[in-house]
Amino acid sequence: MEKLKSLFKKIKWKYAVNYVAIGAIALVLTALTMSGGIKQSDLFLLEKITMNIILAVSLSLVVGFLGELSLGHAGFMCVGAYFGGITSMLLESSGIMAGDGVLSFVISMVVGAAVAGVCGFIIGLPALRLRGDYLAIVTLAFGEIVKTIFQNVTFEIGGKTVGGPIGIRTPRFDKQYFFIIGFVLVLIAIAVIQNLIRSKHGRAITAIRDNEIAAKATGINVTKYKLCGFIVSAVFAGIAGVMYSFANSNVTASVFDYNKSIEILVMVVLGGMGNISGAIISATFITFLDVRLQSVLTGDLAVLNDMIYALVLILVVIYNNAPALRPFREKYNARKLLSRFFGFFRNKHGYADDEGKWDRVPTKIDMDELLSVDVIVNESVQKPDKEEKK
Amino acid sequence: MDFLITLVNGLSLGGIYAMIALGYTMVYGIAKMLNFAHGDIIMVGGYAILVFLSVNPILAIVFSVLFCIGLGIAVEKAAYKPLRGASPLAVLITAIGVSYFLQSLAQIIFGASPKYVIIADLGSLVIGEVSISYGTIITLACSIVIMIALTLFVKLTKTGRAMIAVSEDKDAARLMGVNIDHIIMITFAIGSALASLAGLFSLLRVPTIMPTYGALPGIKAFTAAVIGGIGSIPGAMLGGILLGVVECVCNSIPTVAPYTMAIEFAILIVILLVKPTGILGKKRREKV
Repeated sequence: MEKLKSLFKKIKWKYAVNYVAIGAIALVLTALTMSGGIKQSDLFLLEKITMNIILAVSLSLVVGFLGELSLGHAGFMCVGAYFGGITSMLLESSGIMAGDGVLSFVISMVVGAAVAGVCGFIIGLPALRLRGDYLAIVTLAFGEIVKTIFQNVTFEIGGKTVGGPIGIRTPRFDKQYFFIIGFVLVLIAIAVIQNLIRSKHGRAITAIRDNEIAAKATGINVTKYKLCGFIVSAVFAGIAGVMYSFANSNVTASVFDYNKSIEILVMVVLGGMGNISGAIISATFITFLDVRLQSVLTGDLAVLNDMIYALVLILVVIYNNAPALRPFREKYNARKLLSRFFGFFRNKHGYADDEGKWDRVPTKIDMDELLSVDVIVNESVQKPDKEEKK
Repeated sequence: MDFLITLVNGLSLGGIYAMIALGYTMVYGIAKMLNFAHGDIIMVGGYAILVFLSVNPILAIVFSVLFCIGLGIAVEKAAYKPLRGASPLAVLITAIGVSYFLQSLAQIIFGASPKYVIIADLGSLVIGEVSISYGTIITLACSIVIMIALTLFVKLTKTGRAMIAVSEDKDAARLMGVNIDHIIMITFAIGSALASLAGLFSLLRVPTIMPTYGALPGIKAFTAAVIGGIGSIPGAMLGGILLGVVECVCNSIPTVAPYTMAIEFAILIVILLVKPTGILGKKRREKV
């Protein structure tokens, strides 16, 4: 009993809450499916949610923790979807095994994730030379290049020509149970990325985000950790891509365009930069809202969906980031409200021990604020000038 | 001879890209933000022409330019100004939100299907066997005039010099009595006016318009601005023209044509790897 108590104390509930919540939801849903209490359209929604959680969490590693803006996450997904899909088709046409079984999924997943990881390595290389906006455009370019290539290349599989603009026809996994695999993969993705971030390596990654020069000066191997961040992120995006190819009977490259990348980025940003739980919640919420609104607002009203989405996005970002609203935000925020209800969210400092104190990527302005003496430029400097003119 | 026509076409398309890229680069230089909604101003400009086209083409063009200037300023005041001093990523996401907003608004008002906007039937210039459409020639001539005018404006006028000062050092410029808000507003106004003109000239090339009309030229012009060195005005012109020529040359070879976009983006990556700040971009040393 004593041992159990000390173990209970050791677990950091803030981190465990992700696994417990997702595991519980997965179990409940599995039970519901077994008893036939879930509609087909809901299963489709669940598949989409698991996919988007993996995408958001993996992008969060690059954007939130490594501090590099990536606009080509859909490109990695595209690579995963195509290579995974082709592997399963090859397995089926060569007669080794059925293309829609679990084993086929695992093999395809390994292939898709590996190729996506190689792509992550290739994109990580420019990241060593470029920073900020320049790197963002390179990732965007990567995504578009991948899309254009897969839109035009054709393959010969089992005597049939596939690929090109119409895409490839992939084996469809049994719809009834695919979301369970999805939840398992979500748990794996969260476990890997969250533990990576909390480890020594993760602290090195956040150190690079906060100040690359200082990180280098303290002996952190910037090259290694930047590449590591990009590769891990790409591998999980690739896995999400393989899931996409198994969840849909048709894969076309035009799905993985720049808008898809932006959609994932929005999930990460709305969830809060450098916050895994936030990314999970916002990915779930946005996907849910998106699918539901699409089914409610049909025909001419479908446009309203985009409009609402855009307005919410603008307002939330302004509310979360506008310097003028800072005092208001500090008074009323979700973390404070949560800690009032759940005691265990709070510790002495109000922050978790190894969490960065930034709720967003620090900018040069933040660093200047910290490092320099304040020179306040106020109106009085300009006013005499104006009066002289008169 | 075929190659010459391709080249003229490419230069004219390059002129359009350069005009859009100038908007990106000026806003980046002065407000230090990537204005992802810039491409959609082109689309709004095109629809604005459509509204008054039946009355008078000239009136339609003037209305389009004025409307875009107003829209550019309004977007800056409503969406970007509250975020001044916040992280660049937040501003970027807001810009993406504005882009979606404008697209969906256009879809609500004009519908999703493409609309034909034939501004004027200009015909073609025929020299011997070859013919070049007048639209192409006008685009090329106008873009050259606009670029020269813009360069002179920035170099010679007081406002233009203030813009350079703000892009070099915001705080120092403020201490010298430059009104930063005013300069940023003027930058957005100029960028939006150029975007609406780019919309006009692209309608002369292909006379159809739809709500996502501005997205692709927007991304390509952004690429052009980065190739030339984002923040540099001559760089945007150079990048735009380079990209336009590459696109037309690639499109003229049948086997390469489907991969045009991949080639353009590959050029971008190669240039950035060789010269990380673009062709004419200034290297800034980071101080510790």
